[in-house]
Amino acid sequence: MTIMEILEIVIPSAILSATPLILTALGGVFSERSGVVNIGLEGLMIIGAFIGAVFTILFEHIGLGAASPWLALLVAAIIGAAFSLLHAVASITFRADQVVSGVAINFLALGITVFLVKKLFAGSGQTPYIDHRINKIDVPLLHDIPIIGPLFFSNIAYTSYIAIILAFVVWYVLFKTSFGLRLRSVGEHPAAADTLGINVSRMRYLGVALSGALGGLGGAVYVVTIATNFGATTISGEGYLALAAMIFGKWNPLGAMGAALFFGFAQSLSIIGESIPFLKSIPDVYLLIAPYVLTILALAGFVGRADAPKASGVPYIKGQR
Amino acid sequence: MNTKRLSGAMVPVISVLLGLIAGAIIMLISGYNPLQAYGDIFQMVFLTPYYSGETVVTIIPLILSGLSVAFAFRAGLFNIGVEGQLLVGWLASVATALLLPAGLPKVIMIPACIIAAIIGGGIWGFIPGLLKARFKVHEVITTIMMNYIALHTTNAIIRKYFYAEGERTPNIPDSASLSSQFLYNLTAGSRMHWGIIVALIGAVVMWFILWRTSKGYELRAVGFNPDASLYAGMNVNRNMVLSFFISGAFAGVAGAMLGLGTYHYMTINQDFTGIGFDGIAVALLGLNSSFGVILGSILFAALETGEIGMQSLGIPNDLVQVIIALIIFFVASNYIIRWTRDRLKKKGGGAK
Repeated sequence: MTIMEILEIVIPSAILSATPLILTALGGVFSERSGVVNIGLEGLMIIGAFIGAVFTILFEHIGLGAASPWLALLVAAIIGAAFSLLHAVASITFRADQVVSGVAINFLALGITVFLVKKLFAGSGQTPYIDHRINKIDVPLLHDIPIIGPLFFSNIAYTSYIAIILAFVVWYVLFKTSFGLRLRSVGEHPAAADTLGINVSRMRYLGVALSGALGGLGGAVYVVTIATNFGATTISGEGYLALAAMIFGKWNPLGAMGAALFFGFAQSLSIIGESIPFLKSIPDVYLLIAPYVLTILALAGFVGRADAPKASGVPYIKGQR
Repeated sequence: MNTKRLSGAMVPVISVLLGLIAGAIIMLISGYNPLQAYGDIFQMVFLTPYYSGETVVTIIPLILSGLSVAFAFRAGLFNIGVEGQLLVGWLASVATALLLPAGLPKVIMIPACIIAAIIGGGIWGFIPGLLKARFKVHEVITTIMMNYIALHTTNAIIRKYFYAEGERTPNIPDSASLSSQFLYNLTAGSRMHWGIIVALIGAVVMWFILWRTSKGYELRAVGFNPDASLYAGMNVNRNMVLSFFISGAFAGVAGAMLGLGTYHYMTINQDFTGIGFDGIAVALLGLNSSFGVILGSILFAALETGEIGMQSLGIPNDLVQVIIALIIFFVASNYIIRWTRDRLKKKGGGAK
């Protein structure tokens, strides 16, 4: 196998497995930039994955065919946002410890979805498989470019392109619009933002709801492109990995995307590594733990310092200094 | 003072009640009978010897996991890494049991295995502690990362060095086992083991360290107000690292209880045990005190054992996870309970 052939397998698969991470990490960026720590990304992905599977099956059932997964993605984003409001109410209005509330979100998501799966599918622990997954495409013209074409523009799911484009959109929204400035200001110095007439609570609710929508989308994308059904173990750790990507990307949408792509690369190497001669000799445990070790190193400042938004994790109480 | 303490204890009690009521409402909506479900759980857990024994089996690591989280909380640290520390402790204890000569007497074997778990779990806790003290890295993130590193690393070590048929390690020798024929007969063949003594000793040890030693006073002071402690001449960083080591050690012992008591081997785990996350709930519910952690563990273990009873009524057992999640929610949002209580009090005062 030549290097080129290896890359032609590894890179498209890396992009595919990075896509849900990119979307969820972008959600994490919104939430944390507004000042709310969101350990609940895992739970939001679980909800999204559940909705993605159930609604794709439902839409297929009523004869929507190939449009089913797309509509299911939309529903997943909406339900994800709605579910994340629990975290918002607890941590913004009721000043709950945001980490604890996030942990509760994760518990709740897993409990409710598996409970519902058993209710909906006659006691079975997982949903049936979906018939229509989202297709992989070769981008016209671009995939004919030598070297880059086969690597980056062939055999890639639509959703992956959407995720990458969204990363740029989120970056633009956060850093080039007044909404983004306000969102970041309540995450850095809510008291100052409040003085300037920005509604801190509302901005934070928006931040969390956006993270819910993107987290839900991330989970659903995982189902309609990779897993194709939902069970208790469908999402196991992807949300935490997205959290790591967000931090490794220094709370920046583009950084988060880069980190997610890198994690996806490490993941697909660990899966495909078996069939690649020179990787066979490396135990796959190193590839499996690489994302986590790198995140820790990044935080410790060995890979450039990563600082959280200043007010992240602190409930804002009006009038308190 | 007394009334203050009482009202502090009200928050967890109300949270548990709200969680159970919410669970009951979900059961009603889904067409089940909540009274029958809760009644069955109670009967099964407290009146059927086998299930009582199995409940204790769940209680044992849960107490230690709760102590681990509570100890860190007392020192102002959030240890979300119990899962990883537990896995490392589990592997350390089983590996020690397998490597030491099987003929050693129990009095040497068991303490040796537990000490290995203390060191293993402690080191896994020490790393995030050090990173926090030295580089100011938030421990929540590092401990989550350390969990996954532990999961993959312990699996790899088992595959490479301790692999046995069935994706697990071989069984540990009898000399390292905490099980006993006496407890087996007493509980009609459950897996109940002497680890309950270890867990209770753990609770006493935590109480003793925190409230009866000057080091414990320092740890609490650092947790309460790191700046004031620094001015008072305490080494805040060293205390932080020490707290994390001790917290990790408790989690490691929880893992040893699985290895030496519940299973007598370690499996290759696809996912976390969940004991560490439950430990967070137990610690919160128990207001970070030894006694509270024991009570919280009993409640959670009873609910989890009761899952089986629910299933026999045709109720999906995941409902228990929902109830547990709701209890955590209510405990976390205790502001809502305090707020309501203050409102009620004010109203009562106004009427006078």
